[in-house]
Amino acid sequence: MVDNNRFIVSHAPFWHDGSRISTRNYNIAFAAFPAILLGIIYYGMPAVGVISLSISSAIIWEFIFCRVTKRSLTIGDGNAAIIGMILGMLLPATAPWWLVIIGTFVAVIIGKQVYGGIGANPFNPVVVAMAILMISWKDIFDFNEALISYDLDFAMVYPLAALKYFGVSAVDSFSMGDLLMGKQSGGIGSTFGLGLIAGGIYLIIRGIIRWEIALSFLAGIFITALIFNMADSAQYAGPVVHLFAGYTLIGAFFLATEDSSSPVNFIPMLIYGAGTGFLAVLIRNIGVYVDGVIFAILIMNLVNPLLDKIKPKAIGKVA
Amino acid sequence: MIKRSFIGLLKPRLEYGSVADTPSLKQIPTPKEITLFSNCPFDKKNLLLKKKATVKTGQKLLLYKESDEYVVSSVTGQVSSISSYTGDLGRSYTAIAIEVADDEEIDDEFKSAAGGSKDASLETIINFFAFTPGNPPVKLLSDKNKSINTIVVCCADSDLLITTNQYIVKSDIDAIKNGINILKAATKVNDIIMVASQSQMHELSATGEKVNQINNTYPSALPHLIMKDILGKVVPAGKNPEDIGVCFISAEAVASIGNAFNSGQLPVTKTFTLVNKDDSKSLVSARIGTPASDIFKAFNITLNENDRIIFGGPMTGSSVYSEDHPVQIDTDAIVVQDRNDIPVISDYPCTNCGDCIRVCPANIQINLLVRFLEIGQYEEAADQYDLYSCIECGLCSYVCVSGMPIFQYIRSAKYELDRANTAEATNNG
Repeated sequence: MVDNNRFIVSHAPFWHDGSRISTRNYNIAFAAFPAILLGIIYYGMPAVGVISLSISSAIIWEFIFCRVTKRSLTIGDGNAAIIGMILGMLLPATAPWWLVIIGTFVAVIIGKQVYGGIGANPFNPVVVAMAILMISWKDIFDFNEALISYDLDFAMVYPLAALKYFGVSAVDSFSMGDLLMGKQSGGIGSTFGLGLIAGGIYLIIRGIIRWEIALSFLAGIFITALIFNMADSAQYAGPVVHLFAGYTLIGAFFLATEDSSSPVNFIPMLIYGAGTGFLAVLIRNIGVYVDGVIFAILIMNLVNPLLDKIKPKAIGKVA
Repeated sequence: MIKRSFIGLLKPRLEYGSVADTPSLKQIPTPKEITLFSNCPFDKKNLLLKKKATVKTGQKLLLYKESDEYVVSSVTGQVSSISSYTGDLGRSYTAIAIEVADDEEIDDEFKSAAGGSKDASLETIINFFAFTPGNPPVKLLSDKNKSINTIVVCCADSDLLITTNQYIVKSDIDAIKNGINILKAATKVNDIIMVASQSQMHELSATGEKVNQINNTYPSALPHLIMKDILGKVVPAGKNPEDIGVCFISAEAVASIGNAFNSGQLPVTKTFTLVNKDDSKSLVSARIGTPASDIFKAFNITLNENDRIIFGGPMTGSSVYSEDHPVQIDTDAIVVQDRNDIPVISDYPCTNCGDCIRVCPANIQINLLVRFLEIGQYEEAADQYDLYSCIECGLCSYVCVSGMPIFQYIRSAKYELDRANTAEATNNG
């Protein structure tokens, strides 16, 4: 018999569960949608502008980099789009166009591609970009100042700034419900607590982010804030404000959980999450910066390779 | 193919196939030509078996001078060619093609040697059963260096979709019983442990042997995990169960031994599970050496360009180049995959998502291991990242979001290290 057919010959296993990087990233975009939507409802077209510019410029930077370095095009995996989207969520609606473009440049090129692209970045690209933007143009991130022209039906006050400069009494007016519903000043997609939590739970259930990191991060924030609060409740706000204000929730579900820059073993994940939460509150309460989430994540990213050395013993391993 | 569930937080649940929903055994008629593969590398100079030699069904054929290697002809006919065949990872085999004659003659060397099951000696088993269905591990039983003290009879199937051993247990429990008694008498090993899935427990209780139940999800029927979960002995990294005195034998191999001593004939047909493109399963019995194309013809399976033929299960089997690849003594399944169902393998890098870590039954730090394997730093991988702890279940590749061929990286790393070590030993020696 003449064998005309040529068969695919490859190695085991011959099954795959069908998961893909692009699906993961589209799911992250889906999970972030409610938070972005509320930001757009509150801040209108400028918010649409910032988010759109951020996503598109991130994709364009990745495209340019791939072309210049003659690597295969990777924009299809959705990672650049997600970087742009999350960066946009952190920015105030009034962020100027050049800031957005510089931000995505730093995130995609300096934060990710120079290390070798997806999976090789030691830091969360978005967090690197945010850290550089916040240090370089800190006036733009003074949300009270930046969003002064908005007159919505709630107090346009950035809770963490109020806390820093006016003490605990200044944040008394924020109820937990207000904070959860985004009735606070802040980044476009980082104020709608309920939306972020819903998105986070969705991602946890789908197995896209690691719940250990998200929950231990929140626990770290809660416990550290509680300790400060118990030590001096006149000077340090209670844990609720810390949990639902600033970048805490977006940090817990979208920033700290970035795959490449966070650990994968159980105990390291807990240490990483709790450590990030601890540092974030520490920076907020006794550091010079209003919000510490970005810098806390950056520092813990640095420790990540060391943490991941704490690993379970492989079976059959001698000594 | 079982896909990732919506709730990706849970580990994938890959359940073993069960025999309850499988139709009866279909016999494939004896083909015109068969091909037998011996594990012995082809060596033209020392060839003992000659072309044109006539052979009988069940005849033991010694292959090389000064070697114990043999195959058992599954048909009566004439040797048409003896050649070399190269399998996975460059493994070399001797391929013996036999043209089938019209009239079948049964060889009686075994009958006179065996002389009734009561006198079954280890020597008879070693001399006749190295090439029988189910691939009995006779080499291990005869190896003086291994000192086997426990025999594990595996009645469950080790890979997904396969129901071959389960069928044997259902249809031929007496042969298994007989086989166990023969093994006990011949090997003097009294510690015979049976492992089976939950659905088989009832049938096996009839054998009077101690039966241990294993989990119904992959990969709990792999030898290393049976060792750990049932026997409570952890196999040291890089070692096999036989290195610590445990020998695994499949239910089919035990039945082969039991049947042969009962009937005075060496079994020459292999039972296996055929999985069609639509995942429908059939149990098939064919002469050892039957080309797969004959089986496809019998089941009206048409293969197209870029489909895939897998010998063995979907997680640990190996794919073959040709429709004429023959059924071997250890072929427990033939799986046909449509080209549209073949998952894409990519050269995307690891994104550190951690799915492999969660699914690995051996607790290997795969995300780090694979970074070393990708750039060929095999020694570092073995020294620091537990390469040799891998029990080769393939789950890491199955769940990999990037679609990396992790399992293949691991296997080729072990192969390369092995080769380097052998070369070193030869140079020093």
